[in-house]
Amino acid sequence: MSTASDKGYSAADEVGSVLEQRTRWQRVKLALKSAPISAWFGMVIVFAYIVVALFAPFIAPYAEDQIFAVPFGPWDSDHLVGTDQIGRDIFTRLIYGARNTMGIAFATTLLAFVIGGGFGLAAAISGGWIDQILSRFVDVLMAIPSLIFALMLLAVFGSSIFNIICIIAVLDSTRVFRLTRAVSMNVVVMDYLEAAKLRGEKLNWIMIHEILPNILPPMVAEFGLRFCFVFLTIASLSFLGVGIQPPTADWGSMVRENASLIQFAQYDIKAGITPLLPAGAIALLVVAVNFIVDWFLHTTSGLKDEH
Amino acid sequence: MNTNNSNNKEVLLQIKDLHIDGFSDNKWHDIIKGVDLTLHKGEVLGLIGESGAGKSTLGLAAMGFARPGCRLKSGSIVFDGQELMGMKERNKRELWGTRIAYVAQSAAAAFNPAFRLMDQTIESGVRSNTMSEADAKKDARDLFEALQLPDPQNIGDRYPHQVSGGQLQRVMTAMAMSSRPDLIIFDEPTTALDVTTQVNVLAAIRKVVRQFNTAAIYITHDLAVVAQMADVIKVLRYGETMEEADTRKMLSHPEHPYTKSLWAVRSIEKTPEPKTENVLEIKNVTAAYGRGENVLHDVSINLPRGRTVAIVGESGSGKSTAARVVTGLLPPSQGSVLFNGEALPAKLSGRSVDQLRRIQMIYQSADTAMNPRHKVRDIIGRPLAFYHDVSGAELDKRVEELLNMIELDASYMDRFPGELSGGQKQRICIARAIAADPEVVICDEVTSALDQIVQEGILKLLLKLQKELNISYLFITHDIATVKAISDEIVVMYQGKVVEQGVKADIFSPPYPEYTELLLASVPEMDPDWLDKVLDADKIPLDAS
Repeated sequence: MSTASDKGYSAADEVGSVLEQRTRWQRVKLALKSAPISAWFGMVIVFAYIVVALFAPFIAPYAEDQIFAVPFGPWDSDHLVGTDQIGRDIFTRLIYGARNTMGIAFATTLLAFVIGGGFGLAAAISGGWIDQILSRFVDVLMAIPSLIFALMLLAVFGSSIFNIICIIAVLDSTRVFRLTRAVSMNVVVMDYLEAAKLRGEKLNWIMIHEILPNILPPMVAEFGLRFCFVFLTIASLSFLGVGIQPPTADWGSMVRENASLIQFAQYDIKAGITPLLPAGAIALLVVAVNFIVDWFLHTTSGLKDEH
Repeated sequence: MNTNNSNNKEVLLQIKDLHIDGFSDNKWHDIIKGVDLTLHKGEVLGLIGESGAGKSTLGLAAMGFARPGCRLKSGSIVFDGQELMGMKERNKRELWGTRIAYVAQSAAAAFNPAFRLMDQTIESGVRSNTMSEADAKKDARDLFEALQLPDPQNIGDRYPHQVSGGQLQRVMTAMAMSSRPDLIIFDEPTTALDVTTQVNVLAAIRKVVRQFNTAAIYITHDLAVVAQMADVIKVLRYGETMEEADTRKMLSHPEHPYTKSLWAVRSIEKTPEPKTENVLEIKNVTAAYGRGENVLHDVSINLPRGRTVAIVGESGSGKSTAARVVTGLLPPSQGSVLFNGEALPAKLSGRSVDQLRRIQMIYQSADTAMNPRHKVRDIIGRPLAFYHDVSGAELDKRVEELLNMIELDASYMDRFPGELSGGQKQRICIARAIAADPEVVICDEVTSALDQIVQEGILKLLLKLQKELNISYLFITHDIATVKAISDEIVVMYQGKVVEQGVKADIFSPPYPEYTELLLASVPEMDPDWLDKVLDADKIPLDAS
């Protein structure tokens, strides 16, 4: 390398904190290579769930609402994990449940992010009274316990899938609003935002091009966690009977419908396990997503292990 | 200074063939590549070099400490007969704060805001059981007095936010001194201060260091400062020693070409050009933030076309506020801004896209002035697309032309700001400003975060662009050397008022208004006797608090 002293000063020669340039793909590969076993476990599980959800009709042995003669049937070669209270194949319903519950939770989370993220960004950029009004309104919504609020609203509007998505999305968007506003506040004070304003950029350009790329890591992490919470909320509502309605298969309602089987555990351990299967499916997914989010936050936040 | 008899003094610190590694990009890189260092008792060693030269790393290594992400790889560090390499953390901690002390650059960040200054000052003395609390407090008051702090009896009862930056830096020196260490590491203690405050701190530090015969390593990138403080100067670059010599010899006969080039930086000076018609006029502007007190009082500044007007003043003088009024971010409560003779709308939202295009801004910190998620192509390309409706291959061509103008090439197009060095980042910011094809560019302390050699490059680039494009610069700075290098006219501001405006030659020759005189007298010169002369001449009131 030529130095300034023997060639005169040149901007291109300047060294300092110059980092090695890597393409996006190289960076992803590097991150994956150093991913811990827990993250790999999470990724494999989530990938498997997604495959099952997408190809449910090909994987499942029977139709979602096909009823067989024997209710509460035992585990056998026809019905891998038995049948439920009206004789539907539980294995089939578990597979369809992945599709329904995950699909609805995903749509709800997405909607919550559009609402909460949009308003959060607007509040952070505008500040002043717009921020005050939005923030206080969110405070009011958050002051009401969300499960009870959701139960009430579902009772009023009726529990269709569309209503479930909208109501949970609005309630959860308050959390997204809070987070978006908080992380955007750190970006809003940066000089490059002032530079964009001085250039004459419009609000939506500033939101999408200047702020969003900089708050993406915490937002993606929040998306994962929020998905888990929405998923649990839907399962809870279904368990309480106001969530996804039969005959649509759903893990939350499956726990409720087969809950009574658990008392037969002392006679047939398999029967006792049956209601735990959908609950286990919920738990496994939530844990897997959390593993991924943990790893993702760790790498993007720049936290480094001690060397 | 007692450099002549340093040979027969006892050696306090001996570093031999030290190698330090730093971890980044999943690999270890060497930061310090075999540096030797000898420090005698009571001697002050000046450590200078650009950022990234390894000054701070070496300074901390003198304490046997490596920052997280760094490791002391090989070599030896002998402090007063004890080998610090491989010494147990517990034993090292016994030395730290009692026999070796450290004074950090940002005193504000180094103090705990929840405790009074006195409690923090005496902490290390009391903790190590060398003295009782009452004795320590009395001693601290004496130190405050020696450091020329105002009201030394009671200043310790204040909290860190209740004293000024310069005072806090001196309290931190008192903290380091409280256990009478044999060695103090000063890591850029005056870099964050105004020149007029800096003199106070320098004088105070030098006084106590001499009084207690403390050895010190003084880290800085400012040659004139190190000339006042050090007996011996060591020049570092890329983790290697370039040159080491007595201060006087180093200043008068630098040997290494790199040292010479460092010395030459302060020599650029623009010859002022004749006045032209005003492109921008700030007329009798008074402004305040919110309903607070006025920050600007009846400020009038004229900027001629194709010329540079430098606004000089210390922090809080209203320099940057004046720029905010011009850009429309802060509408004035009285007065107006005229652009080419026509009044600009006071508010940003009232201005047309074309009016916005004509006034561009370059910021002090290029790190925060560029979106870290945008590539250079987007950063420079956006004003082209936004103002001039350029797109596609034409846009790429224009970006490349602009990169060539700032002495970089097309290979930088796909880099993110994080993949550039400090000077390159500032160049990209300059390219973004000129991409809009402006008539006025406001430069807000654009060189103050950069190393001297890089500063010189940026200033030369700005001068070259001014000649080619006939741009006017409103150049805000607190550094007199920069002012000399770039300006045609100078505005001196103090406490929100314009002290004087005039062509450079007039401002820099007597008679001076009182504040201008203080400001000029406070600028350190490359003369090791400068500080003594200034103190003798009594030109600067020590602590004007």
